[in-house]
Amino acid sequence: MNASLPLVRAVNVHKSFHGVEVLSGIDLDVAEREVVCLLGPSGSGKTTFLRCINQLETIQGGRIWVDGDLAGYVERGDKLHRLGDKQIAAQRREIGMVFQRFNLFPHMTAVGNVMEAPVKVAGKRKAEARKRALELLDRVGLSDRADAYPGQLSGGQQQRVAIARALAMDPKLMLFDEPTSALDPELVGDVLDVMRELAGGGMTMIVVTHEMGFAREVADRIVFMDGGVVVEQGPPDDVINNPQHERTKTFLSRIREEKEEHAAALKDRAEAEQL
Amino acid sequence: MTTPPTAPGSESTVSSDGAGDSRPGMIEAVPVRHPGRWVAIAVIALLVAMLLNLFLTNDAFNWSFVFEAMFQSPVIEGLIRGTLLGTAGSMLIGITFGIVLAVMRLSANPVLSGVAWVFTWFFRAVPRLVLLTIMGALGVLYPDGLGLGLPFGEQLMNLFGISNDLTFATLDANQIFGGIIGGIIGLGLSEAAYMAEIARAGILSVDEGQNEAACALGMSNGLATRRVVLPQAMRVIVPPTGNETIAMVKDTSLLIGIPVSNELFFQLTSIGSRTYQTFPVLVAAVIWYLVICSVLMVVQSRLEAHFGRGFGTTPPGATDSGFKARMLSMVGGSK
Repeated sequence: MNASLPLVRAVNVHKSFHGVEVLSGIDLDVAEREVVCLLGPSGSGKTTFLRCINQLETIQGGRIWVDGDLAGYVERGDKLHRLGDKQIAAQRREIGMVFQRFNLFPHMTAVGNVMEAPVKVAGKRKAEARKRALELLDRVGLSDRADAYPGQLSGGQQQRVAIARALAMDPKLMLFDEPTSALDPELVGDVLDVMRELAGGGMTMIVVTHEMGFAREVADRIVFMDGGVVVEQGPPDDVINNPQHERTKTFLSRIREEKEEHAAALKDRAEAEQL
Repeated sequence: MTTPPTAPGSESTVSSDGAGDSRPGMIEAVPVRHPGRWVAIAVIALLVAMLLNLFLTNDAFNWSFVFEAMFQSPVIEGLIRGTLLGTAGSMLIGITFGIVLAVMRLSANPVLSGVAWVFTWFFRAVPRLVLLTIMGALGVLYPDGLGLGLPFGEQLMNLFGISNDLTFATLDANQIFGGIIGGIIGLGLSEAAYMAEIARAGILSVDEGQNEAACALGMSNGLATRRVVLPQAMRVIVPPTGNETIAMVKDTSLLIGIPVSNELFFQLTSIGSRTYQTFPVLVAAVIWYLVICSVLMVVQSRLEAHFGRGFGTTPPGATDSGFKARMLSMVGGSK
């Protein structure tokens, strides 16, 4: 819409739950085709911030613009007017979201899940929507499971269907909320592959993740959050290898320790099984 | 006691020198005996024999009259126009209103949720027989008939000095409330109070993430409720609704409170009092209620299968737990 604005602009975003402040003034710009990974300890507000971008949470202060449109409000004169349910729904159509717990509709098949929004929200014809849904399922490697119900799919397959479902509305922006945290380790790779391909295709993505390898490889920028603020940000190599801030250093070293412990535990187990 | 093989490695040497397969094969154990079960079966068999004896030898049953009474034309008419129509109509009102009330109850608007609460409170407190009697008497409130028009139309027109009261149709209130329609409305409103709680439990049983996922796809709240939340809530709503429907079949016998006499039970008992065959007509009523409820149970299980799709409703090992399989296993012949 507005060429001078980035695709997402968040300015001084404040959010509190029952008087406890979770976001204390977040500023973040995300340019078109950019992939941004949000890192930070649990409770740092990264998931909450992601949910604020597509208005699953309402913010108490600051402004968020997506594609030039102010999220949730319209400015007339110097007054903000809250948008209605239907208008907010319309704003969300531009944004695809992938959840930690997949949240597929369990009473619909995989292809039914992907078709649902194009048919019911965008008003596409069923045959057309189905054709496109099958293409999307093929893209995430699940064309053979189109008629399976979510309950018959593994976690990794469900998450890939969820990505296809979000893509079906042709979003300008994709939000990923810890998409691999609920998956068994051997299923994480397939989901990350799909996301990597998506990023390569020029999709604008904001990803909350603990997968450091993915962040290092795919992200254009890493944003480190703690205590409801952005502590530091920059290219992955700078932030991961040469963190400037004390809190970033602590977080990264703890992640590394955990990873080493995990690797050591795996090695122990492998040795124990050999005996 | 048999001795286990000493080590997994040692048996390969045994089988390799051709001494036969020493590894344990299929289990063909002697089953545990359950003498208590056989005693229970004997006692039950005795009781069933006594019951059959009672049915077949006691003249008070008068079976030929039972079947004759069942198919008398006023009985069939009462069954269709009272019992079945009453059940269908009142459940239709009950389910529709119940879901609306449940959505109101869960609404953020305190007035809506308050109204839903008061409705439920009132209709759960009043016994159905009392409620139906009141419905039948409601005609007293509208001696000049029930006017259909603008609310406060008369007062509004008086304000402008016009004598028209904006009523375009007037219905006889006694005819409306004193017949099957009054019964359906009364039973339906009472049912709505119970259905509201059932529907509310169903809606609350759906994970909040489902609504969020629907909203994130750009669905409005209404669309998300219709397409995503309610279909999943139905899985929880259908079984108790089946119970409610079956209970409603039986409660249509309360229609006499209105009084509506064109109903199965009243018609049968009136045949009984005319012919002095009071007991056989009661048996006839029981048989009709059993038939209706059996049909409804089949419908219910079909509905449960429909709304349970995607949830794997078939319990694991269902094929092994049937009556026949369990009987066979008792005599050790499960093969």
